Amino acid sequence: MDEALLRSLTPAVLGILVRRGADFAAAEDAVQDALVEAIRVWPADPPRDPKGWLVTAAWRKFLDATRAETARRRREDLIDAEPEAGPAQDTDDTLQLYFLCAHPSLTPSSAVALTLRAVGGLTTRQIAQAYLVPEATMAQRISRAKKTVGAVRFDQPGDVATVLRVLYLVFNEGYSGDVDLAAEAIRLTRQLATAIDHPEVSGLLALMLLHHARRAGRTAADGSLVALAEQDRGKWDTRLIAEGVEILQAALAQDRLGEFQAQAAIAALHADAPRAEETDWVQIVEWYDELAALTDSPIVRLNRAVAVAEADGPRAGLKALAELDDSLPRYTAVAAYLHERDGDDQTAARLYVEAAGKASNLAEREYLTRQAARLNRKSPPHP
Amino acid sequence: MAKYLLLKHYRGAPSPVNDVPMDQWTEDEITAHVQYMNDFADRLRNTGEFVDERALAQEGTWVRYDGEGRPPVTDGPFAETKDLIAGWMIIDVDSYERAVELAGELSAAPGKDGKPIHEWLELRPFYGHAPTITE
Repeated sequence: MDEALLRSLTPAVLGILVRRGADFAAAEDAVQDALVEAIRVWPADPPRDPKGWLVTAAWRKFLDATRAETARRRREDLIDAEPEAGPAQDTDDTLQLYFLCAHPSLTPSSAVALTLRAVGGLTTRQIAQAYLVPEATMAQRISRAKKTVGAVRFDQPGDVATVLRVLYLVFNEGYSGDVDLAAEAIRLTRQLATAIDHPEVSGLLALMLLHHARRAGRTAADGSLVALAEQDRGKWDTRLIAEGVEILQAALAQDRLGEFQAQAAIAALHADAPRAEETDWVQIVEWYDELAALTDSPIVRLNRAVAVAEADGPRAGLKALAELDDSLPRYTAVAAYLHERDGDDQTAARLYVEAAGKASNLAEREYLTRQAARLNRKSPPHP
Repeated sequence: MAKYLLLKHYRGAPSPVNDVPMDQWTEDEITAHVQYMNDFADRLRNTGEFVDERALAQEGTWVRYDGEGRPPVTDGPFAETKDLIAGWMIIDVDSYERAVELAGELSAAPGKDGKPIHEWLELRPFYGHAPTITE
């Protein structure tokens, strides 16, 4: 059975139910039930018109569910009112769904869960597994999210930036359990890009593709992290890189720069270097300057310090670093790296150990500990 | 979207404010305490922030490898251990601030005279995923 097709139909089917007068929460439940039934029935009995099948099944689920609470007359009105939805409306519906599921009244975790279910067509169980929480907890999170956006009118225009932040969060969660969240984020961003022409949507899509292209090179066989400079660039997916670069160039040509386009430009410059030593660090620093002007994020200035070190030498990098708050996440890790580049192995080793203690994930802690161990063997600390 | 462990200790944590041991409470006070803990967990299930909750028995044994072909060495029960973990709750929340807020509420469970225990809880973040985008 084509699960990708099934899931790609989800937002359009949901949109049709809402346009027929179902409220969002009930319609979303009905579509989820129809998806579960499709997964059960389709392998043995594939429908000729998958979308029509889903609409019919979801509408029946909706009517069954509302039978108890809705007066018979109201139900008959709804059945009489069934309009046929055209393709143009599908696109609008899909876009409205993205806006609704990323509504600013939702917390990030609720917006992510609702987007993956209502737009992505994932089951509650799959989402729960991906985020390592019990299914009941995820069901509750989704149900509360739907209540929160219950009063939002479906035709209200939303803010693309909030949608992009949600998709970025999904992408950055990576891969855990049965669901490849990075691939799912790319699929959802592609779908969004067909529903709306916006340079930052393209920028985010390009950013995702350019990072996804490096996935095979980012971890060693034992699962440990491989630093960008050490990665086997032969493992990078050149087709994804080419696609990312093309999408980015088209976005930049619109001359409406945003943070995702700037981040994608940096990723593209890395992807463009056949060897780490050939990286155009001067241009990367310029893009970090653009990015810092757009976001004023201290994390951006931290990454900029690394780029400055590569472009103008470790001393310049350390000088840029000294202007930042040393309580920033990964500050100590960056300091360790720059001291190593500056030839001060002992300071670097000490800082790597300190940074390992502050790491926010196991892979990073192991990576930093390895760096300390390597330097300690090379130049043992004074007694 | 970060997981935290709320760790409750039998011993080892600093003394709570309302420091009367449970065996000196009235039965109603014990019931109220247990009810508070259950209600707290239910509330987190309802908000979609609950992950897990477990209580540990006070009995325990130390175990250690003792070389090829030998059975492991055991020691205990460890009556002398200064720090004894009583149990935990795992939550999945949007921010550190929310985790602190919830731990504070759990620490307010009623004890003797129905007054909050002000018990010290240990709040520990779990390691998350390595993010895909770092540069």
